[in-house]
Amino acid sequence: MADTTDIKKGYKMLIDRTPYVVVDYQFVKPGKGQAFYRTKLKNMVTGAVLDRTFKSGEKVEKADTEERAMQYLYQEGEQYVFMDNETYDQMRLTGDLLGEAVYFLLDNMNIDVMLFEGRPIGITPPTFVELDVVETEPGFKGDTSSNTTKPATLQTGLTVNVPLFVEVGDKLKVDTRTGDYVERVKV
Amino acid sequence: MRFGGRVLLTAEGRARVQDVTGTLDVSCPAPPMGAWVLVDGEWNGVEVVGTCEVLTAPHGPFPRPGGDWPSFQDHGGRRLELLRQRALGRRAVRDFFDQRAFLEVETPAAVPSPGLDLHLDAFPVAGANPPRWLITSPEYQMKRILAGGAQRIYQLCKCWRREELGAHHEPEFTMLEWYRTYAGSEEVMRDTEQLVAHVARALRDGSTIIPGKDAPIDVAPPWQRLTVAEAFRVFADVEVKDVLPDEERFFRILVDAVEPQLGRVRPVFLTHWPATMASLARLHPDDPSVCDRFEGYLGGIELCNGFGELVDPVEQRRRLERDQRDREAAGKIAYPIDERFIGALEEGIPPSGGNALGFDRLMMLVTGAETIADGMAIPSARL
Repeated sequence: MADTTDIKKGYKMLIDRTPYVVVDYQFVKPGKGQAFYRTKLKNMVTGAVLDRTFKSGEKVEKADTEERAMQYLYQEGEQYVFMDNETYDQMRLTGDLLGEAVYFLLDNMNIDVMLFEGRPIGITPPTFVELDVVETEPGFKGDTSSNTTKPATLQTGLTVNVPLFVEVGDKLKVDTRTGDYVERVKV
Repeated sequence: MRFGGRVLLTAEGRARVQDVTGTLDVSCPAPPMGAWVLVDGEWNGVEVVGTCEVLTAPHGPFPRPGGDWPSFQDHGGRRLELLRQRALGRRAVRDFFDQRAFLEVETPAAVPSPGLDLHLDAFPVAGANPPRWLITSPEYQMKRILAGGAQRIYQLCKCWRREELGAHHEPEFTMLEWYRTYAGSEEVMRDTEQLVAHVARALRDGSTIIPGKDAPIDVAPPWQRLTVAEAFRVFADVEVKDVLPDEERFFRILVDAVEPQLGRVRPVFLTHWPATMASLARLHPDDPSVCDRFEGYLGGIELCNGFGELVDPVEQRRRLERDQRDREAAGKIAYPIDERFIGALEEGIPPSGGNALGFDRLMMLVTGAETIADGMAIPSARL
């Protein structure tokens, strides 16, 4: 069994049968007192963040999680259907498990699906995805200033702030970690 | 002009060379990247025109990933700058104590007993016969110097503690420890606040405002005094007597709720610790349920731990024997009792106060560094 010496950023542990990932930790030790690890943990299912302090040497349980390469097939009602690239098994995830990631899903996209004890609990989209602009105010010709922006709606429903020169039909590179516009993709 | 330096950039027929004062462009047959060179030439207002003799050329690529050059030079030479600040800090500490007639002393690093605190673990010295451990603090040996008749002593020395590693912990670190006779906690707290203000002024152009970890802190004396009982009441809404004897719960509350709130704007001394956590402190003269012990906090970080010292040899032996039993019960090695230390107490030490202050943490707070390792030339991770 693991103990607090295994704690580091990204370590996945089980608390009350729920998987958490360590997002930050600090070794703390009052001069004449015992040592603790002060941690910030993210619930891998809900995304909620929890502060938890472990006594140094305390046993922790490693979460049995696995990331598998899958392909996003299609949406069916409230469910999103994925296929395992290796086993061809299909898995259905509900929108609430995907959270913001639904805005980056494109049909047939390859994506990592996080499994906990064999059940899907979330997905990690690629860091950058390319999405089409479906709606935005027309810009002004020749205005290339980058300080002013306007909203644009993309094919997945995501709204991003873009420079004025972006037009409907453009393909944009978006950072999935922040949901921010990166650049217009040359077609 | 002639100067020695290191080649940081090369192009056809020229090189950019860095010496301790900055960088200069040199027009010369291009030397290898990273070479240490001796430049000899004339300054024409833009660059030096002359020769560039290679003294030492690096083996392998430059800069070497994870090498010492990037470790000291990255971020605008941050580590080198912190080393300069550290040297100033050491000098300021010595000035402070020398001006107050404290004698600087040195005591051994390898000792027969490294101290019996339940939560301190020492490095054994391999092959030592009789057994020796590296000090976790120079306390026993410094108190023997008090028994020998010195009245005010201080020491800046290395200490070692196993399994302590984090932003504010390194297994090998520098301790500033001092003792004064005819004194208790109050006198030593006054030393502490004046010392820290003195070091701050020496490094910060006369200002007592230091960057701290998250927010600036004004370290000008006097610092706030807060008892442990008050702090638990204010920050955790609990009574210490209801928490004890569950020491784990006590430390959990201390670490989670109390410490992060201490000394956010001005430093705080946490005083009147429970008598069971006296360690080498005497019981408080006015209240035997607590001891004459204090810790100083800046920005939620513990800087020092000081005592009105226990000078009663019978009580001291009783506590050390209890500590030995506690260590054994916890499955830890019970270090021997240092009989020469007990002997010094038997010979007699005047009422005295002392403090152990983490010098690396002081430098971190005064320079605004992220970790104590940032201010070390070679922290444990780079050994």
